[in-house]
Amino acid sequence: MAAKSIISRPVYGTLFPQPGKHHLFVADAEGALAISDLAARAPAGFFGDAHIIFIPGADGKHVAALEALKPAQFYQGPSFASALPRLKQTLANAHMGLRLYLAGTEGLIGQAMQAALEAGIDHASIQTEHRGSLARRVQCVHCKGITENVTTQPATCSHCGLLLLVRDHYSRRLAAFQGVCINAEDRSEIPPTEEIFR
Amino acid sequence: MSTGTTKLDVVVSDVVPVNELVTRFHFRRRDGALLPTFSGGAHVVVEMRDGERTRLNPYSLMGSPLDTREYTISVRRDDAGRGGSLFMHRHVRPGMEMVISYPVNLFSLDLRARKHLMLAGGIGITPFMAQTAQLAAEGGNFELHYTCRTASLGTYADVLAERYDRRVRLYHDDRDERIELDRLLSSQPLGTHLYVCGPSGMIGWVRDRAASLGWPAETVHFEHFAAPQPGAPFDVTLALSGRTIRVGEQQSLLEAIEAAGVDPPYLCRGGVCGQCETNVISHDGKFIHNDHWLSEEEHRSCGKIMPCVSRFEGRSLVLER
Repeated sequence: MAAKSIISRPVYGTLFPQPGKHHLFVADAEGALAISDLAARAPAGFFGDAHIIFIPGADGKHVAALEALKPAQFYQGPSFASALPRLKQTLANAHMGLRLYLAGTEGLIGQAMQAALEAGIDHASIQTEHRGSLARRVQCVHCKGITENVTTQPATCSHCGLLLLVRDHYSRRLAAFQGVCINAEDRSEIPPTEEIFR
Repeated sequence: MSTGTTKLDVVVSDVVPVNELVTRFHFRRRDGALLPTFSGGAHVVVEMRDGERTRLNPYSLMGSPLDTREYTISVRRDDAGRGGSLFMHRHVRPGMEMVISYPVNLFSLDLRARKHLMLAGGIGITPFMAQTAQLAAEGGNFELHYTCRTASLGTYADVLAERYDRRVRLYHDDRDERIELDRLLSSQPLGTHLYVCGPSGMIGWVRDRAASLGWPAETVHFEHFAAPQPGAPFDVTLALSGRTIRVGEQQSLLEAIEAAGVDPPYLCRGGVCGQCETNVISHDGKFIHNDHWLSEEEHRSCGKIMPCVSRFEGRSLVLER
């Protein structure tokens, strides 16, 4: 789990079974392991009221482990974008008593939370657990374009090409960290690039 | 004047009997100016000069927050209580000058909610009078379920039914009408917030069912006006002011501290807001914690007390006050 630096930087917890009528899980890649760990602590029959939306990583692992939990519904998709309509539809039809659990990368957690906030869920009532890559979703504060899976510091904006300092300032509304031009005074100044959000 | 809140000088502009137990009081500012803005769910603390005693009781503002020419409160007479409501009913008359606190809101609407589900029991209807007025003016989505003992004790039930029609549902105990709570809670759309005000048994029941049915704590709001419970008299030493005082049977610790001339902070006088939290320096005896503010662990550790509702039994108690 990432250390807390500034107030807007999200802090993640550990998934834990909550009392509720329905349980909606959204996870990617190693986030599946957080669901398996929760399952070990869950009461019998817990997954009978559960719906899992899962986006496997490049290695395609963990699908079988989640299916083995026998959730009432299981969806596997190639990307978060492909899963989003299903997530939005599920939230739109949901009633109070639905509990939401998000696990995996920060990009997945942030974007699923963004959909949940739009559906009226309070961010404090959403369980989150960070697993796997530390890659960040970054908004360029200059062109407003969002670059996915940023692992380096600084990083190049995939939209306008500016070299960005990736800040810990996080926007829950945009589900993205803020990237600010690192060499605005002198574009010829190119600091070394390090991979730090692996 | 207390350090708790700023005070308002008001005159009683009207006193209206509502039913056999409830009377409504209207206050206007003595200088004729508008009263401070408030939001639905706010309360004021009314100061009552009852002979030698000063009584301070909190009452929810029940008028529309859109009209601050006057404040209105409704007081249910409690014949077995400590005397505040009886004082209001027996002695407060139009034209009387009184002092009330600025409004404080410990039961505000969460305006991020998609829908507001309100549950009222008895006189617990008063904060919802202001909240529904506020929401209706903004086109807010709300639904009010109101339980009362009998139709004649359904304070403002007729007003609410006329104003809001099908958004209000009434339940009468004498007709054996009960809220189907589990069904009601489970059928609410995502983003609904729940508000409950009424007897403590009702608040406990609703909070408990909501938690079991998966309502996050952030979405459940409740208001509890617990009057201080009477108990055996006890002595307390106030370390900072260097005084030892006696807390009477019918007096709260906070009232005894105030009567001794110390001016402690307070807001709710009902054990929920945390404003009057006081450190315990030493004690020999047993605390009777009646508050909803301190954690169970804090209760056990005996390091703090909420003097507005909690008491003590034992040989000695020294507080940092």
